Amino acid sequence: MTVQQISTTRRAFLAGSGLVIGLALVPRNMAAFASPSGIKAGGEDALTALNTFVKIGTDDTITVLSKHIEMGQGPFTGLATLVAEELDADWSQMRAVHSPADDKVYANLAFGLQGTGGSTSIANSYEQLRKAGATARAMLVAAAAEEWGVPAGEITVEKGRIKHAGSAKESGFGALTVKAAAQTPPENPVLKDPSKFVLIGQELPKLDTVGKTNGTAIYTLDITPDNVLVAVVAHPEHFGATVKSFDDSETLKVMGVVDVKQVPQGVAVYADNTFAALRGRANLKVEWDLSKAETRSSEELAADYAKQFAEKGLEATNNGDVDTAFKRDGLQTLEAELVFPFLAHAPMEPLDAVFIKAADGSLDVYNGAQFPAMDQMTAAKIIGIDPSKVRVNTQMTGGSFGRKAQFGSPYMQEAAGVFAATDGSRPLKHMWTREDDIRGGFYRPMYAHKMRGAIDADGKITAWEQVIVGQSIMGKADLDETSVEGASNLPYAIPNLRVTAHNTQLAVPPLWWRSVGHTHTGFAVETFVDELMQKVGKDPVEGRLALLTNEPRHTGTLKKVAEIADWGSKVPDGRSRGVAVVKSFGTYVAQIVELSLGDDGAPRVHKVWCAVDCGVAVNPNVIKAQMEGGIGYGLGAVLFDAVTLGKGGKIMQSNFHDYRSLRINEMPAVEVAIVASTEKPSGVGEPGVPPVGPAVANAWRRLTGSPVRTLPIVNVVTS
Amino acid sequence: MVTFTLNGKERSFDGDPDTPLLWVIRDFEKLTGTKYGCGVAQCGACTVHLDGMTRRSCITPISTVDGSEVITIEGIEGPEAKAVQAAWVAIDVPQCGYCQSGQIMSAVALLQVTPKPSDADIDGAMAGNLCRCATYHRIRQAIHNAADAMEG
Repeated sequence: MTVQQISTTRRAFLAGSGLVIGLALVPRNMAAFASPSGIKAGGEDALTALNTFVKIGTDDTITVLSKHIEMGQGPFTGLATLVAEELDADWSQMRAVHSPADDKVYANLAFGLQGTGGSTSIANSYEQLRKAGATARAMLVAAAAEEWGVPAGEITVEKGRIKHAGSAKESGFGALTVKAAAQTPPENPVLKDPSKFVLIGQELPKLDTVGKTNGTAIYTLDITPDNVLVAVVAHPEHFGATVKSFDDSETLKVMGVVDVKQVPQGVAVYADNTFAALRGRANLKVEWDLSKAETRSSEELAADYAKQFAEKGLEATNNGDVDTAFKRDGLQTLEAELVFPFLAHAPMEPLDAVFIKAADGSLDVYNGAQFPAMDQMTAAKIIGIDPSKVRVNTQMTGGSFGRKAQFGSPYMQEAAGVFAATDGSRPLKHMWTREDDIRGGFYRPMYAHKMRGAIDADGKITAWEQVIVGQSIMGKADLDETSVEGASNLPYAIPNLRVTAHNTQLAVPPLWWRSVGHTHTGFAVETFVDELMQKVGKDPVEGRLALLTNEPRHTGTLKKVAEIADWGSKVPDGRSRGVAVVKSFGTYVAQIVELSLGDDGAPRVHKVWCAVDCGVAVNPNVIKAQMEGGIGYGLGAVLFDAVTLGKGGKIMQSNFHDYRSLRINEMPAVEVAIVASTEKPSGVGEPGVPPVGPAVANAWRRLTGSPVRTLPIVNVVTS
Repeated sequence: MVTFTLNGKERSFDGDPDTPLLWVIRDFEKLTGTKYGCGVAQCGACTVHLDGMTRRSCITPISTVDGSEVITIEGIEGPEAKAVQAAWVAIDVPQCGYCQSGQIMSAVALLQVTPKPSDADIDGAMAGNLCRCATYHRIRQAIHNAADAMEG
């Protein structure tokens, strides 16, 4: 199954199944654990499970089973904080590991299946993991009451110590954990009032930091079982191409190459070590069948997309009477066409997976993907064994930004297929190289927008029309919310608003890329609003505030960022400032950028001020880190990045030399302020990304007079 | 047969002499702190110290390492390494963490040569190390903090 074939809408997907708390069950596949080289045994057996999320060791350590993958956004730390808060644990006791794959027990409550994405980890876990902590606490207290023969109500817990003042009894958690596990868990544990929080809201050190500074953190690629086969696949340079024929004679001469086999995705080379596999692949001669391939270039696609502007589209929003509103006198009008390129996610660790068959015929899969249970089903199907015999051992992963969240697990289809083509007697590591990654598709799709707006002398935007052309990430024939999110629901009070979309069909597989639709709608909306305001001489902050009449949280973040940037103060000569505010995934982020014209003719971004309102701030330091990282990730993309299809549809980029990433010398100073809030927490992994692009473009236009209509910016200013 | 020292231990390799040092370290020596990120010396995730200098191990054939001293993240020591690692931990630099071994190897080498680096020094020494999580802001701060700690 490919993304295109999935009928689930993102809206239905996100609506989920409500708050189902599955605390009492311990999943069946938690027990068995293979231990190949690279995997720490970790004393799992010494831990007692108090519920599906909390295990306590006799050494007082508390291990939280994270249903969310740790790919850098901090769920290990965040989920452990939620548990520790209600458990009244000391932070030094806390550990986190990935839970087993299980779509029921470890479901993302926003999705209805196990998955990490949509900036939901803290949001969907906020009550569930606190309840897990509160449940475990109640069981420990009950155990202590039984042990000491005192009323449970007289027992207190603080910083990992259980105490009964009357009898002067005291214990750590570890001494009581076995007894606690035998207690009946409370049905509805009482959660703390937020005013009593001790750990939530603190900048607790992250649990995964130390291992990531001394080389001991283990990622999938690091798992190296004895006698492992390493496999890479030769992929086509055109989307939709298939193998016509291949010549492996030079490949088989490479020392260490073991075998070559055709697989649905290309030609797999198996070797005794990674270098042999890579060299063997380089020596392959493959002839590709391009009869079903995408042969249009990016330029041709842009022209095809522009033709659709005039056609009738799928209606996303139609408020008021747009056509009449544009005819009113005394208005300034503006039109713009924008083109957004394909973007690769390019996580530092490319896609990879390790397969180890056990003596009983069951299979351990080691990988780091965002839908582990989907990978489990896919591996089982492709390899031809029962899913219950497949254990997915989720590993920390070297970034993702959406790349490792794939419905139907197309990567696992390839990796498991490569393993299935062997006799299974040797463990197998399948890896993508950077070239596979950059050329591998599942990009942020290419989009074209046509904008039309009218503004009166007072700065009121009276009419707005936006047409969005591009692939449906969800593979839908009708309107895809992810194509129009952020445009169809503008925060600004605009009485006459029409937004339509056109779904295009390409052989290039699309995917969500950190902040999904907001990557392009945020840019289009926030640059266009800004340009309209400039036309009538409105201050970009004041002008926006005047239109955000019913949006207190947009207003709050915008005011906050203006405050920390001292908006309105004198900007140094040669520099210019731009602003943008975007709500995504329930979180409000406003940013102000200060830039100048760089030596190379491109923008030189000196500083970004950022204000974020994500409800209760569970760990302010993690929130700030995600804003900093989101800014750097988004900035690199708008300045430098595009995957382009050349003449005949050939993919033109292949590695970091031509798919540029922001480097340290291009990273601006960043200052983040968190807006105080008592609202339920929302996510921070993605929302830092959308505002930076339009804020840069707005500052650039005000500096140079040139609006940015095509991304990336360097292609325009240096060509 | 190529012989070299790896984190102070004498090692030898008699496989394909074109094999990059990166894959000798990872596949044969099973030290996995040194990462693969691009294979073409564009990202710096594979950075090691070769005879005291930073080197992208992904494009360094093992045949050229004969008689050399190789230090990886697992073997890094000394006051600069201690200060850098402590500074990294103190402000939680890593996000996904995959590039950080390479970042730390470059930062330690910088401080060994330039104990009190300016922002421009840091840019010069660290521009070859990509971080897709863009932890650059904190990397810069941590290097300054490490330099201050060593001075104090």
